[in-house]
Amino acid sequence: MKRAFLGELEEIVLLTVAALQELAYCASITQTIDQEMGRSISFPTVHTTLQRLEEKGFVASHMGGATAERGGRQKRLFTVTAAGQQALIESRQVRAHLWDQIPTPILQLWGA
Amino acid sequence: MEDELLGDLLEMYAYWVSTVGPSKARWRYALAVIRLIRPFSGTTVKQSTEYPQPFFLHPVMIRNYIKIAFRNLVKNKVYSFINVAGLATGMAVAMLIGLWIWDELSVNTYHQNHDRIAQVMQHQIINGGIETWDSQALQLGHELHHTYGSNFKHVVMTSGAVFPILSVGDRKFAKGGRFMEPAAPDMLTLTMLKGTRAGLRDPNSILLSESVARSFFDDADPIGKLMKIDNDWAVKVAGVYKDLPPGSSFAELAFIAPWDLLIKGEGYDKKLGWGNNWFQTFVQIADRADMNKVSAAIRLAKWERVKNLTSEAPFRAELFLHPMNRWHLYGDFRNGVNVGGRIQFVWMYGIIGAFVLLLACINFMNLSTARSEKRAKEVGIRKSVGSVRSQLISQFYSESLLVAFVAFALAILLVSLTLPLFNDVAGKKMAIQWANPLFWLAGIGFTLLTGLIAGSYPALYLSSFAPVKVLKGTFKAGRLAAVPRKALVVIQFAVSITLIIGTIIVFRQIQHTKNRPIGFSRAGLLSIPMKTDEVRSGYEALRNELLSTRTAVEVSQSETQATSAGITNGGLRWRGKPEGMQDEQVTVAVTHEFGKTIDWEIKVGRDFSRAFGTDSSGFILNEEAVKYMGFKAPVGEQINAFGRTYTVIGVVKNMVMESPYNPIRPTIFYIDTFNRTFYSNIRINPNVSASEALSSIEATFRKYNPNTPFEYKFADDDYDAKFRAEERIGKLASCFAVLAILISCLGLFGLASFVAQQRTKEIGIRKVLGASVSSLWQLLSKDFVALVLIACLIAIPLAYYLMGSWLQNYTYRVNLSWWIFAAAGLGALVVTLLTVSYQSIKAALINPVKSLRAE
Repeated sequence: MKRAFLGELEEIVLLTVAALQELAYCASITQTIDQEMGRSISFPTVHTTLQRLEEKGFVASHMGGATAERGGRQKRLFTVTAAGQQALIESRQVRAHLWDQIPTPILQLWGA
Repeated sequence: MEDELLGDLLEMYAYWVSTVGPSKARWRYALAVIRLIRPFSGTTVKQSTEYPQPFFLHPVMIRNYIKIAFRNLVKNKVYSFINVAGLATGMAVAMLIGLWIWDELSVNTYHQNHDRIAQVMQHQIINGGIETWDSQALQLGHELHHTYGSNFKHVVMTSGAVFPILSVGDRKFAKGGRFMEPAAPDMLTLTMLKGTRAGLRDPNSILLSESVARSFFDDADPIGKLMKIDNDWAVKVAGVYKDLPPGSSFAELAFIAPWDLLIKGEGYDKKLGWGNNWFQTFVQIADRADMNKVSAAIRLAKWERVKNLTSEAPFRAELFLHPMNRWHLYGDFRNGVNVGGRIQFVWMYGIIGAFVLLLACINFMNLSTARSEKRAKEVGIRKSVGSVRSQLISQFYSESLLVAFVAFALAILLVSLTLPLFNDVAGKKMAIQWANPLFWLAGIGFTLLTGLIAGSYPALYLSSFAPVKVLKGTFKAGRLAAVPRKALVVIQFAVSITLIIGTIIVFRQIQHTKNRPIGFSRAGLLSIPMKTDEVRSGYEALRNELLSTRTAVEVSQSETQATSAGITNGGLRWRGKPEGMQDEQVTVAVTHEFGKTIDWEIKVGRDFSRAFGTDSSGFILNEEAVKYMGFKAPVGEQINAFGRTYTVIGVVKNMVMESPYNPIRPTIFYIDTFNRTFYSNIRINPNVSASEALSSIEATFRKYNPNTPFEYKFADDDYDAKFRAEERIGKLASCFAVLAILISCLGLFGLASFVAQQRTKEIGIRKVLGASVSSLWQLLSKDFVALVLIACLIAIPLAYYLMGSWLQNYTYRVNLSWWIFAAAGLGALVVTLLTVSYQSIKAALINPVKSLRAE
């Protein structure tokens, strides 16, 4: 079977989950993407993306503690699974590989 | 929604309030909630299956449904074609009829005050019966204005439609218009392109319609230009209004001239009394008034004025208002009661349309379900591979919806192709209402409904099968499954046979009436209206020249055309007239040569002749009049009429001068001494071709009448025009009959294929045991013949009753002969056999090995 593909949005959400570690739940992920990337993203989009990632087995979830600011409701906390880690690493490698192929003079020309 | 999601949302709300403000936050919150509700979001409860189960309305699934539906359609090309075409035809018919009804219902809505406008009509008692007239006396306008004025916003007296010759310099056209009181443009809410609605206040003015103004003045500004009406009255153009649309009762109103011009010009105000009902009265009721109350209020308006007049009192005139909204559809009165009118046609066509559509839908369902039996195995396999029921249901629904929408598109195409033809037959100018949301709403709504209903049997029933049973082959549709289908076939054929019989009878009635002996010769007989003094004074010269050049055999004058007599007179006195008889007979003033011109047949006595000076007080009666007056030996009888005494000099054979469907009325011909001839009649020389004769008549006419346009009418054309209405009914009925047969055949085809399908194995076994193809064909066709025979038994009495009552409308009518019914039944039977045979022969020819191998 073909391995599950990691879409661009999925990659960003997955990376955010990895970055937030224990604090990764839907609302915090949305807010982080909103702030860090200056990219307006809707809450339901993040929610469905997380579900898809879970279907594909890239993240796992468990219920976490409640806080007062959310009316005492529980949180669904997400963690990156081994498959998720693998996928992120691979995607990074692919990118790095492609970056390496750009000749240095051109990169300097870009000012990178 | 789950707990943690709610928590997340609350947190997000707080975040949004701090970043984008509370109002946007609320908005985003609401949006997020909607998007997270079940069908729009993925399932939050995971099924831990190895193969994920996609939601049954997932885009991927929908794409799959449509793909499968399309493949199924393509696989059974003939079926799909019949199915789609049948439904499309039914829809197209319904659409055409719907457009027609829409058009009928929107008549007169062009006039903004249409629900407040009415015509004043009257009931009069004549010979014991109540007759209803739309004509009124001159004095009524004044009476309504002054005594009942508070009820009305406008009271407009008007002439009936008149056709004078309008002229500007050399340009002359005969145009239809009316002489109306100045409030008319306001009442009819005419759209003025030039000038104002107040233009009619000047008694020497005229308002023209846009097209007429253009034909006289091209693009020049017509305001203030002078024109003449019938060479008598000079008027100034005071305004131009937009042509009234064909859906207006005043559509033919090419000009409006001032009422006072006619009344003063003819001196009517001095001459006419309450007994001369020569005009029409239209009113617009006051803004807060109620139509019925006003109608009741004016009931005795005329009676109060005439009850002391001995000439008028016996008629006991009562007035009432006939609202504009009802003119078109409820125009018939019988014995003083409104008995409908065209609304009957609206209902009739509406019912036919609904019926055709219903038949088409039922067929569509029938064919789809008959086919779906085949797919029971497919359902079994799909289920065992893992389809859930919701997926199968949407699979079947999407198939039937696809077909329904293809049919809808096809129907629209069909309608746009046939609309010109339909307009032609129906005498209308309709267009598809592309921009009308109601049209689309109805069309798409109906298509959805059909698709859903048609798909419901396979969707809900087939999808419920247990896969094991279906695949094992123990699944069998019960014997009763075919019963509703059989009933439908019987109904369809009953309708078709009724329509066939109806069509044949309508056409036979038309033919029968056309063949009716009319008592004079129409061929080469033409009439020219004599409207102006010029034509009257030029008549003798015209006659002499036409006779001397041998273009015409005879030329004469008469009061009415030979094909349209209708002026009646009463109050005649003769020997032996019963006391108190309110007599009425058709009278025609003629010149001496009239009889020779139309070629009538003298039965007794002699024709008019210039050799006898006494003929100016001679009467020629028709046979009917002799019977009516009860003369044994009519010639020499004296009749007192028009204030003098006439002697009967001859009797002429009955002639059809009015409606060919009605009995001939008592008719009296007399030599014109009152200047009451309005037509000259010309009998063309049979040795000269019609076109040649016509051009030479026109040339001669122009020579003597340079100021009058040449108009003429052939008696033949006039006579044919009397059959238009019936021919229209005949054409429409035959269209519907053809459609009904077509649709019924589709239904039959569906049933036949269903039955053949069911009995494949039986046929296989019979063949193995030695049945011949012809005996199998008999076996399969027998049932259907029985169905059609039942349909005949229903249809024949029905058609006999319906057509019998239709024919009651005509006094001169064809007999209902038995062969019409036999022919229609036989025709239906033949069509049935042809349709069924395709299926039954196909089934009978199948190799039994193939049909039996499966087990």
